[in-house]
Amino acid sequence: MISEPFAAGKSKIHQVDPRIKVVFATAYSFIVAFSTQFPALFTAVVLSFLMVCLTGLNLWAVAKRLVVVNGLILLLWLILPLTYNGDSLLHLGPITLSRPGVILSAQITLKSNAILLALIALISSMSLVTLGHALSRLKVPEKIVHLFLMTFRYVFVIENEYLRLVRAAKIRGFRPGTNIHTYKTYAYLIGMLFVRAAARAERVHQAMRCRGFKGKFYSLYRFPPKSINWVFSSVMTAFLIGLLYLEIVF
Amino acid sequence: MNENSYPIINLEKITYSYPGGPPVINELDLKFYHGDRIGLIAPNGNGKTTLFHIIMGLLKPASGKIEIFGKSVREERDFLDIRRRIGLLFQDADDQLFSPTVLEDVAFGPLNLGRSKEEAIEISRKTLNFLGLAGFENKITFKLSGGEKRLVSFATVLAMEPEILLLDEPLTGLDNQTRGKIIDILLNLDISYILISHEIDFLAATTKQIYTMENGMILSDEKAYIHKHDHIHQFGTIPHKHM
Repeated sequence: MISEPFAAGKSKIHQVDPRIKVVFATAYSFIVAFSTQFPALFTAVVLSFLMVCLTGLNLWAVAKRLVVVNGLILLLWLILPLTYNGDSLLHLGPITLSRPGVILSAQITLKSNAILLALIALISSMSLVTLGHALSRLKVPEKIVHLFLMTFRYVFVIENEYLRLVRAAKIRGFRPGTNIHTYKTYAYLIGMLFVRAAARAERVHQAMRCRGFKGKFYSLYRFPPKSINWVFSSVMTAFLIGLLYLEIVF
Repeated sequence: MNENSYPIINLEKITYSYPGGPPVINELDLKFYHGDRIGLIAPNGNGKTTLFHIIMGLLKPASGKIEIFGKSVREERDFLDIRRRIGLLFQDADDQLFSPTVLEDVAFGPLNLGRSKEEAIEISRKTLNFLGLAGFENKITFKLSGGEKRLVSFATVLAMEPEILLLDEPLTGLDNQTRGKIIDILLNLDISYILISHEIDFLAATTKQIYTMENGMILSDEKAYIHKHDHIHQFGTIPHKHM
């Protein structure tokens, strides 16, 4: 199940217009991703952490999400300093750590964490449904938005069908092992899932046609203007200018 | 049956078979009049759902004539108008509810019929209230319980203000409370409908005629039969009859 633990909340950031959050999260991510100077990157991590604190999220839950990404980054630390060409930073017996490799790894670490924290603060603080509507208002192509929303809607149904199939296999004594029977069973299971998903899609489409669907979707969501939007936009703009300044000056 | 008026649904010699199979619907005739409330009871696989899909134009019969609201319908284009006047409630509510929120799903139909946003919201709220679903507007459709899903999908159909309802096993998988609710709603509706169900008591309570389907045809059987089933009540040991 996809749960949205951060979507519910009463913080100031939760109240900001989702469209504005999407716009600034995108701009912020791009600026951080293109930054190379460490003062700018360190500042970005601090700012992102500040946003998470302002959103009032459970820091422990946020940390758990960061662990997933930093596991991947750990791999980079193991590979890049050893393989990157450039002047050496340190000799450890036969192993040479390259300076550009270490710098690159550090940059990637800071960038990823800063962007991830900002996205958790700004994007996870709205439900996926709201995000879909915000994107649609931002003139993201309708097909993409609806693909996104329908996927989210039917992931649950397909997951349920998957669980039903697994249960059906289990109650008949299926125990996975390393043998051809297991592979075959899983192949059938996945194949069946595709067949069922396709049949489901067909029925959903029929139901939509029965209700006069002509290829157009409508969104009923409204985003009322609020003063908090102006405050948020001003602060975020200041952040962005600050980061650009740090990047250019150093 | 009102013999004076013309049938609003008139099927003549409809035949349909799924690819590579024998005909599920075979030379079927059906005349459905305004004010009719028909129950269809038949074993699984006897073409009840197929019949509904043919009426809605979702399946194209191999042969036969379909007349709905006095007009012959044939092409997809003809059915567009039919679909706004006949509401089909699907067996599985998950097929019917695809919008993220309840209000959007109920408003989907009216919006497709060209209503303005405000009108669509107004109609949707009224329909939800009528079904006792006030306050459900912003709930997420896939997080509803089975009974709530069925009621909301019923709302999505009613919001189109159909003249005829086709209900495909509306009680399956529901608890007694929701069943009672659906029966009440049906009795309070002023719409003609055809109802598929496996439950004779439910059909007896909500419909005027009950038909069955056999060999791809609709049979009306007015005769009552003496039959046996196990049941329990006081004085059960004394020979007696139920009429």
